[in-house]
Amino acid sequence: MTPISLEAMAASVPDGALVALPPDNSLPSVALARALIRRGAKNLRLLGVPVSGFATDILIGAGCVAEVQTSAVSLGEAGFAPRFTAALKAGRITVRDATCPAIHTMLQAAEKGVPFMPLRGLIGSDILANRPDWIVQQNPFGPPGDVIVLLPALSPEVAVFHAAMADSFGNVWLGRRRECATLAHASQRALVTVERVVEGNFLEDERLASGTINATYISAIAVAERGAQPVALLDEYGFDAAYVAEYARMAKTDAGFAEWLAREVFGQAAAAA
Amino acid sequence: MNFAPEELLAATLARLILDPTAHPARHIAVGAASPIPAAACWLVAKQGYPVRLSLLHKRSGNPFTEGTRELFDLTGQGRIDLFFLGGGQIDGQANLNLVGTGGWPGGGADGGVRFPGSFGSAFMYFMTHRTILFREEHSPRVLVDRVANISAPGVSAPGVFRRGHAQALVTGKCVFRFDPAAARFTLESLHPGETVDSVRAATGFDFDIGEVHETPPPTEAELALLRGSICDEMVETYPDFCGRVWGRSQAA
Repeated sequence: MTPISLEAMAASVPDGALVALPPDNSLPSVALARALIRRGAKNLRLLGVPVSGFATDILIGAGCVAEVQTSAVSLGEAGFAPRFTAALKAGRITVRDATCPAIHTMLQAAEKGVPFMPLRGLIGSDILANRPDWIVQQNPFGPPGDVIVLLPALSPEVAVFHAAMADSFGNVWLGRRRECATLAHASQRALVTVERVVEGNFLEDERLASGTINATYISAIAVAERGAQPVALLDEYGFDAAYVAEYARMAKTDAGFAEWLAREVFGQAAAAA
Repeated sequence: MNFAPEELLAATLARLILDPTAHPARHIAVGAASPIPAAACWLVAKQGYPVRLSLLHKRSGNPFTEGTRELFDLTGQGRIDLFFLGGGQIDGQANLNLVGTGGWPGGGADGGVRFPGSFGSAFMYFMTHRTILFREEHSPRVLVDRVANISAPGVSAPGVFRRGHAQALVTGKCVFRFDPAAARFTLESLHPGETVDSVRAATGFDFDIGEVHETPPPTEAELALLRGSICDEMVETYPDFCGRVWGRSQAA
């Protein structure tokens, strides 16, 4: 698989697409989020797998997003996600709240090719009450009155994440963060940014194989060095707390966010990154 | 002995974890943005009690190889004994609101505040053997008579599968015990400087009064652990917290 450019990858995501993104502890591609902002993507429907972080907040702030389905949006120790909060207040986005295991379960159903999967919990929660697509049914194997929630399979049009490396065959290695493999399995296309492309085949190395996603699930690869930053990547680099704290401060206002965007996504600093 | 409020809270949570009348805490999971519960778990572990800690946000040495999906599968099977939850609002029946106030989903043009979201609470609260509720802010806006939205219910109707409930609610002012049969909290202990009246004035829900005592302070041995090896364990995940409470900055 020949890597494509980050900008070509961003161009391949159509406006309005259902795009799944992992959160800040699970290998988001902040590089592709920045490229989607530069290409002026519109009306994206984001899925937080299972919650949302920095990449989601900047996409919302830049006006790329119509809807978010997620179980939470947060900047971790830096607090609430300011552009998410502002867009919700202004009525610019629709939010469909889920709860973390429900998102995993809907993806696992898609991964298995079955139409739905059950999940315990949820009954009596207003999250369920606000999800007409989730239904409560009698457990067909249980005693009368044992009800359980059924969740529809969910197959995102595009999964986007950042991995440490790809090999000559387009296999992708992401260490222990194998929840991204479920995401790739469940999605119609997986777009993966990587730190580097290396010679060889990870699937022929017993120690790498278990942290590898087979190229059959990968639609495209682009090299983006430090492509998760300011978020951490495995043991390669840490979370840049000072950067995110500065973002959280600036993005409290429309003007501050615009200034941040000009500097960090469209500016010289961004071009050099 | 001087101690920070965070140290008192960590020691208090650790005692609740070790409560011999509660379901044994062999495997504890700690979720996002929870430095004080994480410190409490470390305090239990560093005192030599046999407990497995799964800290979701630990970067190096993260316990899971399938991310949080694995946490929820473990919990679904009943393999997680204890979890911590909080809420933007908590009411007198231990209902939690982590989503927001105002019209669903909170924080819209009609007013109200949006909280980050439910995370896994609508599942974990049912499927963990016990939950300790923790919220530092103890005020009428947080501890309300009735939550605006129920993200995770404190009790469930008969027949709904539910493995556990809240054991207690720990705040910056006191410890409440929760009785799921009565769906009510009972005041159990007061942190230094608090009275039944000061707690009542700051609490939006009605509660019962037990044999109220002062919350025991952390011991010197507990403080030494918190300030030493526990801070070492936590600084990668919670640099701001470790800097603020213990004056520690992370090595590059």
